[in-house]
Amino acid sequence: METLFFLIISFVAIISAILVVTCKNPINSALSLIMTFFCLATYYVMLDAPFMAAVQVMVYAGAIMVLMVFTIMLLNIRVDASKKHSHKIVFSSIIGFFTFVNLAYVLFKSRVAVPTGPYSADMIKQVGHTELIGKEMFTNFLLPFEITSILLLVAIVGAVILAKKKI
Amino acid sequence: MFDNVWLIPLFPLIGFLINGLFGKKIKNEAIIGGIGTLMIFLSFLVSCGILMQMIGLPPEQRVFEKVVFPWIHSGHFKADMAFLVDPLSVVMIMVVTGVGSLIHLYSIGYMHGEEGFYRFFAYLNLFCMSMLLLVLGSNMLVMFIGWEGVGLCSYLLIGYYFHKKSAGDAAKKAFVMNRIGDFGFLIGLFTLYWWLGSNHNIWTVNFMEIKAASHLLPYGGVVTVATLCFFLGATGKSAQIPLFTWLPDAMEGPTPVSALIHAATMVTAGVYMIGRMSFVFIKSPDTMMVIAVVGAATALFAATIGTAQNDIKRVLAYSTVSQLGYMFLAMGVGAFSAGIFHLMTHAFFKACLFLGSGSVIHSMHHALHKVHSHDDAQDMRNMGGLRKAMPITFITFLVSTIAISGIPGFSGFFSKDEILWQSFSNPYHGNLNIVLWGFGAAAACLTAFYMFRLVFMTFFGECRINPGAKSYLHESPLVITIPLMVLGTLAAFGGYLGMPKLMGLLPNYFEHWLDPVFELSTEYGSTYAQHGDHLSHGLEWGLMGLSVLIAIIGIGIAFTMYVQNTKLPGKFVATFPALHRAVYNKWYVDELYDYLFVNPCKAFGQFLWKGFDVLIVDGVVNGVANTVMGFSGIFRYLQSGYIYNYAFSMALGVVVMLGYFIFK
Amino acid sequence: MENLNSYLIVSAVLFSIGTIGVLTRKNAIVIFMCIELMLNAVNLTFVAFSRYLGNLDGQVFVFFIMTVAAAEAAVGLALFIAFFNNKDSIDVTDANLMKW
Repeated sequence: METLFFLIISFVAIISAILVVTCKNPINSALSLIMTFFCLATYYVMLDAPFMAAVQVMVYAGAIMVLMVFTIMLLNIRVDASKKHSHKIVFSSIIGFFTFVNLAYVLFKSRVAVPTGPYSADMIKQVGHTELIGKEMFTNFLLPFEITSILLLVAIVGAVILAKKKI
Repeated sequence: MFDNVWLIPLFPLIGFLINGLFGKKIKNEAIIGGIGTLMIFLSFLVSCGILMQMIGLPPEQRVFEKVVFPWIHSGHFKADMAFLVDPLSVVMIMVVTGVGSLIHLYSIGYMHGEEGFYRFFAYLNLFCMSMLLLVLGSNMLVMFIGWEGVGLCSYLLIGYYFHKKSAGDAAKKAFVMNRIGDFGFLIGLFTLYWWLGSNHNIWTVNFMEIKAASHLLPYGGVVTVATLCFFLGATGKSAQIPLFTWLPDAMEGPTPVSALIHAATMVTAGVYMIGRMSFVFIKSPDTMMVIAVVGAATALFAATIGTAQNDIKRVLAYSTVSQLGYMFLAMGVGAFSAGIFHLMTHAFFKACLFLGSGSVIHSMHHALHKVHSHDDAQDMRNMGGLRKAMPITFITFLVSTIAISGIPGFSGFFSKDEILWQSFSNPYHGNLNIVLWGFGAAAACLTAFYMFRLVFMTFFGECRINPGAKSYLHESPLVITIPLMVLGTLAAFGGYLGMPKLMGLLPNYFEHWLDPVFELSTEYGSTYAQHGDHLSHGLEWGLMGLSVLIAIIGIGIAFTMYVQNTKLPGKFVATFPALHRAVYNKWYVDELYDYLFVNPCKAFGQFLWKGFDVLIVDGVVNGVANTVMGFSGIFRYLQSGYIYNYAFSMALGVVVMLGYFIFK
Repeated sequence: MENLNSYLIVSAVLFSIGTIGVLTRKNAIVIFMCIELMLNAVNLTFVAFSRYLGNLDGQVFVFFIMTVAAAEAAVGLALFIAFFNNKDSIDVTDANLMKW
């Protein structure tokens, strides 16, 4: 049952990823991308990481994609009418293929012999994923977490300045 | 008063700045000319004050050095912006400022209505400043500033009518010739500085310090080298063989310029320089001989050319070269004060002659202009009989001509006769003396001939000007004739300052005046002088008479040929066509120089340009550029400027590298 | 079937599709979206590894990647707007000042 579910999700994820690349209208690309993000969120749930799934939906599917769709609509971008160069697609596909071969080879050969950390599936179910993540984040990764806030602040200021009428 | 010596070059500098910077705005000729003239006149007044003070001092105290500000102090080397006041420089500043003021005054009238009037006065003032620096400089570097400055002003003023190609060429020629001389001057300066410094640890360029150390200099040897280099500088500046050809061409400039720069002051800088460093020059008998021979040869050579020229200013130019030759002859035979004396009298009469010729040209030009004639206003063949139309010009011109010809009683006689006598009787050159004297005497004869030829062709005989223009000939305005009269008077009576002892009427003021300057030189000279038989007064009287006789013969020939029997010159030309052609074409010296130096230089330049520069230098440069361009023509496809292409190559690189490391 | 490797294969496929998209598309916003796709493929790898290693570090890392992606989206889209204001287009072919 789970295998079937996994296959369906994978199918949807890959098809919508292909649509992101091939759709002529950026809006369609954006909607396909949201679809992919949802599939990924599903994966996270299947991987016992519900908090990550929630964040994925909120941040990616929610915030980032809304921003993008807004931008597309704000700029009133026409359908990508410029013709594509076939040789470009061929070369890109070759590169894409070799990327896939490289990655697949490496990833396929990777094996996890023994779990090294203490967080088993049972423990996550027992304690709660959010709590565990929270503990990690506010103890071991406190400094990076704080730095991230500065990054966001800088991004906000940068975005405001860049999007002004005249730069 | 001595302390105020720095004012003398300062006034013309102020004039230069005012006229040069604001002259274009001022526009009013009276103000511009007034400022220019006033400034140099103020210098003249200061100079007079200094002269008065110096006369009141005993001879030993007549040397004064005024340091205006420390200039270069570096290690051993020390040069101050300092002025030297001594009898020699006082003579020079009196001549420069005195004659200079008169010529400035004259220029107001002569340059009236010319385009760039303010430019002319600015240059003229700048020239005076440079010349005063030259004569007042207490060390060789300050002198060199002036030396270069007068060269520059000479260039600027010869090229005053820069829209005329001949004027531009003449200016360039003068500049290049002067530059060759300046090169010699510098080398001489370095040699002297280096020798005194390295051998006796006296690192100095100051004249008085060199003078104090001059007993250390050897006779001949390095001094010969240094002085010959200095002399090369002097030949360039003072238009002596071999660097004299620029001066006749320099007549392209306005006439006041010819009078001030190319007759009265700048060209005498070489003579002054030798006088200033006489204590060095006299230490090299060889150099002294070279100077004497060059001077005598130039005097004669230029005089021969002067006999056949038709352009009134060119005759005067060759006359100037010839008279400068006399001065160098005097320097070369150790008669320094006689040379300086001739410098002074020459400044008077030659300035007067040039200004007179300017007055004639001015009048001719206006008359010809009125009838729209294109005849040459400077060609004597178009003149004649002008004495009636221009009496003041005629009289002053005649007086100066008599003076330059060496008729007793006029200034030129005293100085020229002194030089001739000294060249005959000096103890330095042995048997050469008679040759030197012969050259000088022959040149004197020719001088009298061509000068009176000039006077006769211009002022006597029938008027050959365009008939319609004749009635427009008129005397020049007062602003032009006043300087003429003053200079004419000086030309007539200036010589009494330096009357030879022999005549006994007056003491030789001039020689006494300069004695303290040249005492040391005479002392050095006496160590190798050959003390021959004592020459009697009778001989001196005889030679004096002979030289007067020679001058009168010259005048007589001129009178015969150009007044009595005006067909004679034509006959003469017909009889000796080759000789006339050679003289008329200035002995083909210009052509010879073209052949020997200019054309090879040009050919070499052409070779460097077409052969070396275009083929090799440019070839290498262009070759590199072409190679780069060729490669970049290929590689530019890698750098298309499109972002996705960069992304593509990045991705390709990552994939290839990853693949290599994964599958190796 | 749903062991570690299957997640990793899906991740590799998504990443490759993202790469192709970045290389072929001209619309800057679509390119940006493809980059997001690649980031997500990597995130999936992180989470999968984290799960099978029993270690939460990977998930925390994903959290940070999301933050960076958010910042990137804000600044990147602002840049696109500025670019659009200047060039009246969002094509990367029009960003050709470097073209010779």
